[in-house]
Amino acid sequence: MYPSRFRYEAPRSLDEAIALLRDGGDDAKVMAGGQSLVPLMKLRFASPELIVDINNVPGLAYHRQDPDGTLHVGALCRHAELERSALLDATQPTMAAAAPLIADPLVRNRGTLVGSLCHADPQGDWASVTMALGGSIIAQGPGGRRTIPVADFVTGPFQNVLEPAEIAIEAVIPAAQGTRSGGYLKLERRVGDFATVGVAVAVETAGNVVNRAGIALTGVGGATIAATEAQQALVGQPLSAATIEEAATLAAAAARPKSDHRGSAEYKRHMVHTFVTRILSRTESIAERAA
Amino acid sequence: MTTVYDDLSDADTGDVPVNRIKFTINGKKKIAEVEPRLLLSHLIRRGLGLTGTHMGCDTTNCGACTVLVDGRAIKSCTMLAVQADGHEITTVEGLASASELHPLQEGFKEEHGLQCGFCTPGMMMAAKQLLDENPAPTEEDVRWALSGNLCRCTGYQNIVKSVLWAADKLRAEG
Repeated sequence: MYPSRFRYEAPRSLDEAIALLRDGGDDAKVMAGGQSLVPLMKLRFASPELIVDINNVPGLAYHRQDPDGTLHVGALCRHAELERSALLDATQPTMAAAAPLIADPLVRNRGTLVGSLCHADPQGDWASVTMALGGSIIAQGPGGRRTIPVADFVTGPFQNVLEPAEIAIEAVIPAAQGTRSGGYLKLERRVGDFATVGVAVAVETAGNVVNRAGIALTGVGGATIAATEAQQALVGQPLSAATIEEAATLAAAAARPKSDHRGSAEYKRHMVHTFVTRILSRTESIAERAA
Repeated sequence: MTTVYDDLSDADTGDVPVNRIKFTINGKKKIAEVEPRLLLSHLIRRGLGLTGTHMGCDTTNCGACTVLVDGRAIKSCTMLAVQADGHEITTVEGLASASELHPLQEGFKEEHGLQCGFCTPGMMMAAKQLLDENPAPTEEDVRWALSGNLCRCTGYQNIVKSVLWAADKLRAEG
């Protein structure tokens, strides 16, 4: 299969890339890893007239942490880098759990976290992970930079708020208030499949009391779902069997699954409950050790 | 190098965008002129005649088209040929030396790691990255590294054994 005909540019600076996008208008598309965009173009679901490949733009292939604990993930940081990251292993349990579950090893070698967020597939894993962590996207365009919370970034399936000449250059995960724990669990029929159910949980605790809780769901609605009531039920509470059960029940209630070939709606809702319980039960023991 | 591809539309030649790229494949430097929509797998198979890289699903699922780009195993049906500019590609043809099979190839022979053989080049290239980075993989490491490569014969047991055989051989050779 071939994509439709397009022009290709591989600029060597962000300014040049933005200028190309500004001139290319609505028919221009940024390519980073291309692991979603190339298949879409081959299937002719997307037929951009101009591809602006940012792989030659220096200074975007990084993930690093500020002294205060804020994490920055550059637009060319591949999933594989995050999968092998000692930094994430030590400081970002939800991201460290999710990274090896993105697609398969070959796709992870090329695909990027930021590109995945921009692609805005409702079944994408990173959207729920970064949403649970309260993350943001930094976009750069002709008018400068702006920061957009992940929760506001996606406007619908495969749609985001970026202006035609804006490039998402970085994802930012704020520093934890207290001890960060959590995880990501994904039910998939086989490796590399989309999530039947994906649950991201990120909690920050001080002395076993939850300061901040993020719970977000992949694959159980038309979009990534923030389980806000479940989050609120945890804040200010110690993690206990009772609070975990309440959060799991509220998260399952927030899910909007549909029955399909991957499973019945009832089964998927049940799995949300199971996954929230599993992650928080592990978290409970971590918080106890830290406290 | 002259490369001839299928004409896929009625556009005048002047309207067809063409990019010139320089790259290295299996140690040899090449220059090519490619239409941007040409996939790396097409460049390898049709442009360079290296048909060891197989096209399976053409939809980023099966991994039969796996090659190394700068040492990393990727699906060549999901990368544009024009993106190979300035990069180093290794295909299954690049594994063996003139007279000797690569230990991975020997391993697939010794352990009967192939049935129909269609997935084999992709399996070997994914395994190559693994062994380059981890000379002493466990069975689980091998299964994990090959989890993006599908075998429709479902011959995974012997594929895993073949890679472990190659790892042993490479370690023995030091």
